[in-house]
Amino acid sequence: MGPWIEKQRNILDFTLASLLRRKGKNAALLLVYTFIVFVLASVMFFTHSIKKEAGLVLQGSPDIIVQRTVAGRHDLIPASYLGPLTKIRGVASGRIRLWGYYFDPITGANYTLLVPEDFSAGAGAAIVGSGISKSRLASEGDVIVLRAHNGESLVLTIKGVLSEKSELISADLVLISEPDFRKLFGISKGHGTDIVLTVRNKKELSTIALKITEALPDARPIIRDEILRTYESVFNWRGGIITVLLAGAVFAFIIFAWDKATGLSAEERKEIGILKAVGWETSDVLLMKFWEGAALSLSAFLTGTALAYLHVFFASSPLFGPALKGWSVLYPEFRLTPFIDPVQIATLFFLTVVPYTTATIVPSWRAATVDPDSVMR
Amino acid sequence: MRKSDIFLLSLAAQALVLCLLFFHASYRTGTDMPFIREKVKMVKALELTDLCLFTEARYTRHITQADLNTPFQDHPMSLEHFPSGSFIMPPENIFRAYVPQQARK
Repeated sequence: MGPWIEKQRNILDFTLASLLRRKGKNAALLLVYTFIVFVLASVMFFTHSIKKEAGLVLQGSPDIIVQRTVAGRHDLIPASYLGPLTKIRGVASGRIRLWGYYFDPITGANYTLLVPEDFSAGAGAAIVGSGISKSRLASEGDVIVLRAHNGESLVLTIKGVLSEKSELISADLVLISEPDFRKLFGISKGHGTDIVLTVRNKKELSTIALKITEALPDARPIIRDEILRTYESVFNWRGGIITVLLAGAVFAFIIFAWDKATGLSAEERKEIGILKAVGWETSDVLLMKFWEGAALSLSAFLTGTALAYLHVFFASSPLFGPALKGWSVLYPEFRLTPFIDPVQIATLFFLTVVPYTTATIVPSWRAATVDPDSVMR
Repeated sequence: MRKSDIFLLSLAAQALVLCLLFFHASYRTGTDMPFIREKVKMVKALELTDLCLFTEARYTRHITQADLNTPFQDHPMSLEHFPSGSFIMPPENIFRAYVPQQARK
């Protein structure tokens, strides 16, 4: 093993010296290579983590939500729909949900107003998300004034602020009581926003959804799996969009790297010729080229991936976060939990390190197999 | 010190940094789990359906609850004008339900 290692080290010494002779060109290549790995890894880390978190958090969402559609649009659902829905076999319970949107002209942001099943704070009170608390500079004990549907003002005392840790789901929430909600939007007792159903056997969700559309043709059931799949596809789509936007840069790099790796310069051909003339074997030349490709691509992969991790999980992706996350007046400040998928890392490795390393070997093999005399001329 | 030694050492250092970051990931995942469980509890208690990511329009705030027509609410031929809309694919259930049979083939 000793002489073999010593041989590898000697060849590596020679390779590094050869790389350092073309310092500028190789440094530029390493920089661009690292940047490409950094961007791809950042997109990968971000989309995987947010998908995973959305999947975990939304596991708690209702089994089935039933909306009423009128002329293709979501409309208020009559309370009388609850009876036929809860009679469907397999439905354990149902509840009319009240929620809606409120545009706040002071901050220019949209809030989501919601009536929780158990709202202990009572009428005239509100519990707000931390995003609202920050944008309105309002904390516990302060009042917020909302303009009702008839122009009257609804004064609500803030009884609590939802935890900052939950901003990803609650930044824009305003929890209020049912009487306040109905007064604000002018919704009568006989209507709600939608109906949530709890189902005994989760395997029956799609069957029950089918029964709902049969019983109430204007109803639109949304099952939990669809909610989870939507988030999965949204972030796949977003990751894809970013990758497409960066495709130009990626292809420019591929062409640059391909040209650098496959098209040997006259100087490099001459170098191979001299090496062969002084007694190097073809296998040694190939080994040298292998080390050249591996040195560049391994350094780029390791540095790019580490930088991407720091970018996404320590700095909250400032470079392309807005495009990946969306942008609006009220935006949650959240720190992603670093869920890492080893398969993705392995894929990135095989898509970056392996092609470049092999691409450097093939043309060298061609140059190394011809007569040194003709190569040097 | 030989060039190869410097290179191999720097490669090992880079690999070590990456390993440490992955250890950090597994540690942070562990410490963040109680907060995630807290969020699951909140989602259950408040019967939430969506992440609060894009609050600029109702169909982007609750993407799983939106119908096909809301992005075109101004008039039938209007273009969707919120930035998030260009990045969000229509919810899968809507897409599947509304795409005509022939187009799906």
